[in-house]
Amino acid sequence: MNTKVNIAGVEFKNPVMVASGTFGSGAEYSEFVDLNKLGAVVTKGVANVPWPGNPTPRIAETYGGMINAIGLQNPGIDVFCKRDIPFLKQFDTKIIVNVCGHTTEEYCEVVERLANEPVDMLEINISCPNVKEGGIAFGQNPKSAEDITRAIKKYAKQPVCMKLSPNVTDITEMAKAVEAGGADAVSLINTITGMKIDINRQTFAVANKTGGLSGPAIKPVAVRMVYQVANATKLPIIGMGGIQNGDDAIEFMLAGATGVSLGTANFNNPLATVETVAGIEDYLKRKNIADINDIIGIVK
Amino acid sequence: MAKFKEIAKVEKQECIATGVYSMWIKTADIAKEAIAGQFISVYCKDGSKMLPRPISICEVKKEEGLLRIVYRVVGGGTKEMSAYVAGDDIDILGPLGNGFMQRDKKAILIGGGIGIPPMVELAKELKDKCEVSIVAGYRDELFLIDELKSHGEVYVATEDGSTGTKGTVIDAIKEQAVTGDVIYACGPTPMLRAIKEYALANDIEAQLSLEEKMACGIGACLACVCKSKDIDEHSQVHNKRICKDGPVFLAQEVEL
Repeated sequence: MNTKVNIAGVEFKNPVMVASGTFGSGAEYSEFVDLNKLGAVVTKGVANVPWPGNPTPRIAETYGGMINAIGLQNPGIDVFCKRDIPFLKQFDTKIIVNVCGHTTEEYCEVVERLANEPVDMLEINISCPNVKEGGIAFGQNPKSAEDITRAIKKYAKQPVCMKLSPNVTDITEMAKAVEAGGADAVSLINTITGMKIDINRQTFAVANKTGGLSGPAIKPVAVRMVYQVANATKLPIIGMGGIQNGDDAIEFMLAGATGVSLGTANFNNPLATVETVAGIEDYLKRKNIADINDIIGIVK
Repeated sequence: MAKFKEIAKVEKQECIATGVYSMWIKTADIAKEAIAGQFISVYCKDGSKMLPRPISICEVKKEEGLLRIVYRVVGGGTKEMSAYVAGDDIDILGPLGNGFMQRDKKAILIGGGIGIPPMVELAKELKDKCEVSIVAGYRDELFLIDELKSHGEVYVATEDGSTGTKGTVIDAIKEQAVTGDVIYACGPTPMLRAIKEYALANDIEAQLSLEEKMACGIGACLACVCKSKDIDEHSQVHNKRICKDGPVFLAQEVEL
């Protein structure tokens, strides 16, 4: 049985990855999860300098999901290169570095800094709903998304995967825009902007007022968007949004995703990623499918 | 420090005060590693609840592999837990965080409300090493008072004055002339703020156990940070992770 998939020339031993921000750079989860079993680790977003993130409370549970407004707290690219990349290089898994910034220049600085680092792919976060500048500002306007993709591609030595926001009228417009800008892949969906009000304290549940909704509650939205993008562009897709197990992962692949990421599920079950790898294998056996690539995007 | 994800068994559960439950859990590995001031993550069976509940450890019986948690029912997750009976599975991860740094000095243990439970195990671990005074602050109804009394001298404060000093734990310390050389505290933030002020004014070391909304519980997601005096090791800003770098911090180390 073949579970290997190829995204923009990078071969992954299986399609299972983690959604940026839910897994750090893998160190904390490596106490429970054998990182060698994952297709890739997608790191927490990293900027050119350390970012302190938002005030607390930064998260709130919602029905079938959660809202977060962490605000991209990160140690900056220098510490990341010194500490996190060497840590991940100990494992037989691919490294996808999520990159964030306030301005095009900041994104490009990080991408340039990573050019000679042993990482396999860059995921560009133009879809974080929780920072005031940058982030989603680039991901809600097709022209901005195309321009930043083109700018980043000038500096990137690794394939570039643009992470798209679902907080748009037409996700295919955004996907086509980054494709025109030269993107090698897309990942979707980032979180859906949401709000929770604490009725006892009569105030917002997260200090940022709004946050990104994730978890199984958003899965149907994500599957729909993966399907739409798969049918609107030629770009390979890393799908995410509420995936908790092998069956969920298969659903995304049938819709058109080549890779699948687990995010919120890691909080619900630290072993969710490796269980998803096993679940995918079970499905392929059960359905007598020899190559996982044969199911990608077959539901039309 | 090793952490374990286990489907453990509920050994016994009872309601010990209004809305407050005591659960003994039989674990394969977690109890063996646990110390006072650490916590466990409890995963709900209700699939609509994605986040584990961080619950402090109240008592440990290492030889028997038993852990005790005492918690208040505040929402759907803890309500689900309160319905578990002996023999039920309970999905947990732990032990998490760092415990109290146990000093060889005359100790004042201060617990407020549902911050009282960790003081039981701490008093138990400290009592052979040093003199232990325990200050427990309640709204009105007492719980865990017998356990506390078996490990140290207990001073009570209640908001309504029904037992001990009427007022806060600081009022009790002053009125009942409690003295010591190190403070260990867990409770609501206003209480910890007052203790920090008291400890600084009296030049006593104070260790405070903080809480915040958590997601992963292991230091990966950066949800439960607190403002710290020093640059934190993880992100090089001033945000220590309560779940991983704490939950116990020296008072002067954190902004409350």
